[in-house]
Amino acid sequence: MTEKIQSIIRKYSSDKYRMMDILLEIQELYHHIPEQAVEILADQLDLSRVDVEQTISFYHFFSLEPVGKYAIYLNNSPVAHMYGRTEVARAFEEEVGISFNSATVDGLIGLWDTADIGMSDQEPAAIINGTVFTELDPAKARKIIQGIKEGKKVADIAEEIADKIYSKGLLRTMVKNNIHAKGSVLFGDFELENALRKALDKTPEEVVEEVKASNLRGRGGAGFPTGLKWEYCRASGGDEVFLICNADEGEPGTFKERVILTELPRMLFEGMVIAGYAIRAKQGILYLRYEYRYLKEHLESILQGMREMNLLGKDIAGKSGFDFDIRIQLGAGSYVCGEESGLIESMEGKRGEPRNRPPFPVQSGYLDKPSVVNNVETLCKVVPILANGADWFKSVGTKESTGTKLLSISGDCKNPGVYEMEWGMTINEMLEMVGATSVQGVKVGGPSGNCIDSTHFGRSIAFEDLATGGSMIIIGEQRDLLRDFILPFTNFFIEESCGSCAPCRSLTVILRNKLLKILNGNGTKKDIDELYTWAQMGTTANRCGLGQTSANPIITSLDNFRNLYDDLIKTDQDYLSAFDLEKAVAASCEVVGRVPNIESH
Amino acid sequence: MNKNGKLYFEIDGKPCYADAGQSIIDAAKANGVFIPSLCHVEGVKPAGSCRICNVKVNGRVMTACTTPVEDGMVVDNDIPELIELRKAIIDVLFVSGNHFCPSCEKSGNCELQALAYRYQIMVPRFPYEFPLKDVDASAEHIFHDANRCILCKRCIRTITKEGKHVFAYQGRGGEHLQIVMDKELASLLTEQEAQEAMEICPVGAILKKEQGFIVPIGERKFDKVPIGSDIEKQ
Repeated sequence: MTEKIQSIIRKYSSDKYRMMDILLEIQELYHHIPEQAVEILADQLDLSRVDVEQTISFYHFFSLEPVGKYAIYLNNSPVAHMYGRTEVARAFEEEVGISFNSATVDGLIGLWDTADIGMSDQEPAAIINGTVFTELDPAKARKIIQGIKEGKKVADIAEEIADKIYSKGLLRTMVKNNIHAKGSVLFGDFELENALRKALDKTPEEVVEEVKASNLRGRGGAGFPTGLKWEYCRASGGDEVFLICNADEGEPGTFKERVILTELPRMLFEGMVIAGYAIRAKQGILYLRYEYRYLKEHLESILQGMREMNLLGKDIAGKSGFDFDIRIQLGAGSYVCGEESGLIESMEGKRGEPRNRPPFPVQSGYLDKPSVVNNVETLCKVVPILANGADWFKSVGTKESTGTKLLSISGDCKNPGVYEMEWGMTINEMLEMVGATSVQGVKVGGPSGNCIDSTHFGRSIAFEDLATGGSMIIIGEQRDLLRDFILPFTNFFIEESCGSCAPCRSLTVILRNKLLKILNGNGTKKDIDELYTWAQMGTTANRCGLGQTSANPIITSLDNFRNLYDDLIKTDQDYLSAFDLEKAVAASCEVVGRVPNIESH
Repeated sequence: MNKNGKLYFEIDGKPCYADAGQSIIDAAKANGVFIPSLCHVEGVKPAGSCRICNVKVNGRVMTACTTPVEDGMVVDNDIPELIELRKAIIDVLFVSGNHFCPSCEKSGNCELQALAYRYQIMVPRFPYEFPLKDVDASAEHIFHDANRCILCKRCIRTITKEGKHVFAYQGRGGEHLQIVMDKELASLLTEQEAQEAMEICPVGAILKKEQGFIVPIGERKFDKVPIGSDIEKQ
């Protein structure tokens, strides 16, 4: 083992900034990070053991304990549950003979809960050793386990249970694209190199000006003007600059980047080249969430093809002195790494804890060099903007939200999938488009966004009204909104908090416990009032977007679904303890055959 | 900018001066203004983790330890909105750990306790969580009790042995994150280093062994004067 681990470390030049890659290789080889590996890593990278372990323990897909030769990560998101996750999980448990979040004694199979894996349009879905399995049902789950017990390869099992395998060069997958509406920007005419040539005819400053003129805003959720970000980066100076593409879409309910990475990778990479030219970067990095690991070889092959066409490498497209290349950096399972400075920390082999600002990444980012972090969809849109001009782009959408938006729509509707639509579409129009009726609410922008009821359905999807990074979860009337969405989304934020800021780390737990008190029937009006007051506290006190929005499921559901809370509380009492004595003694009473006698005490 | 090349700024209306690049919290201290913090260590790169030092800069909430002073900045510090926020964070820290002030070795020297006294907190507003935490007494001179840890990262950033970090975060999230001690490195710490580690810890999570009550409770730093009064006396 020592020799193998040392050779992995050597492969990355004993560079502690490549810790993510080193750990990923060790994890895939041994199905965990063995103690011996931690020792060797600490020794060779000149770190303490706890330093190595703090990175390992930050990421969901790294483990100090064996996760199984076949590690089954079954999505546990609310959307997965809407499509029957509970039954699939039970089938897995019965067939394997263990409970979730454990591995078999022989180390063959592990069953693990995992947060949203970007397959909300085809749940229940699971990742097994990097391969994605979608649209599972109990029968398929049993078949997977039988295949594993027969010693089959994961790829062969996937072929067997798939309704259809989609093939795109090196990519063979059962993951569907589900593109239901193609707009004029992303899915308009695209000819590789056309936009790049036009960009290279301009100076880098002119390219920045064109993007600024288009009023393109970041499509990851925050909506920062893209051209301005590039300009700030250019103004930072410095001899080395990085362009980073954020493909860590972790917001539950979003999966549009997955579709872009599958369908439009050339457009994305061309956009990265243009951005690299604009900000004078020589190195581009695509940070790919581990859940999309199955796309890596496919993307690598496209990059290689572009190198062969001289669209990457030296003197790109004949432009003397313009050198630029792209490498792919895999993540390892962490929502907060989608925050740009958390992503940079992760790329440096550390815990993905968002940084304090200032300095901003455009001033001091990856390896403390000026860095631009742009979302996948944002970088794609640079291509049609350069090809057709800023005015053309601005003619679509609204004044403040120019162009189109790719939406990931899931939940209670006929046609979950991705839709490219003009900004300004109303929620009502969207619901009609996807075939949704009897809608109780829509989670706009995922857990961190807004949870709206029907009184808001006339509002528009736009930065100036209902902003969204792309996630749209439709919640039907039959659903238990508080128990099946607000509670698990709050738990999601507790689990995914990096833990650095005290209010994000701990206040969210306090809120969840208060919510549980109400859900358990021990709430009064005072509890609702406190829940609302407390939830507001942390919003400004935390450092990053996750912390500032971690109470949003509770705040927005209290704003728009107050009646659901009111229905749960006891109105005839001012105070109730969270402690339910009758419930607490119920199990022991049953064992000894006694009837609880609480009234007399 | 004034004639000495210092930056001019105001805290709660008080005229203050700062060196270029100085953080609001350090500059405030130099001007006799106390901004409370539980994670800041002067001279060490700020962590911005406890969020107690949140101030309002031109109307926006920002941490005073991570924000450099800019010329003409207007800072709100001792205002009801921020006092309420700080008290809430102190409450959060009390209920999310297991703090037993009356018998804690750091009582009277503990900055969390001292801040609670300064803000006259009688009882936290949130329910206690009584979480299960680890205790590590394996090293010769030093003792680590995660029950009393507020995860401020002071130890992570400052305590090293042989150039390596003795303390680190482990896990993530609201229910699993802990600070742990590297057993091997901790066992090498001298008595002097253990003393320094204890002093850098704002609470009673890092203790030097056989030291606890040498100075009796009642005669300790914050038993006599409230935290921050040394700064304000200047």
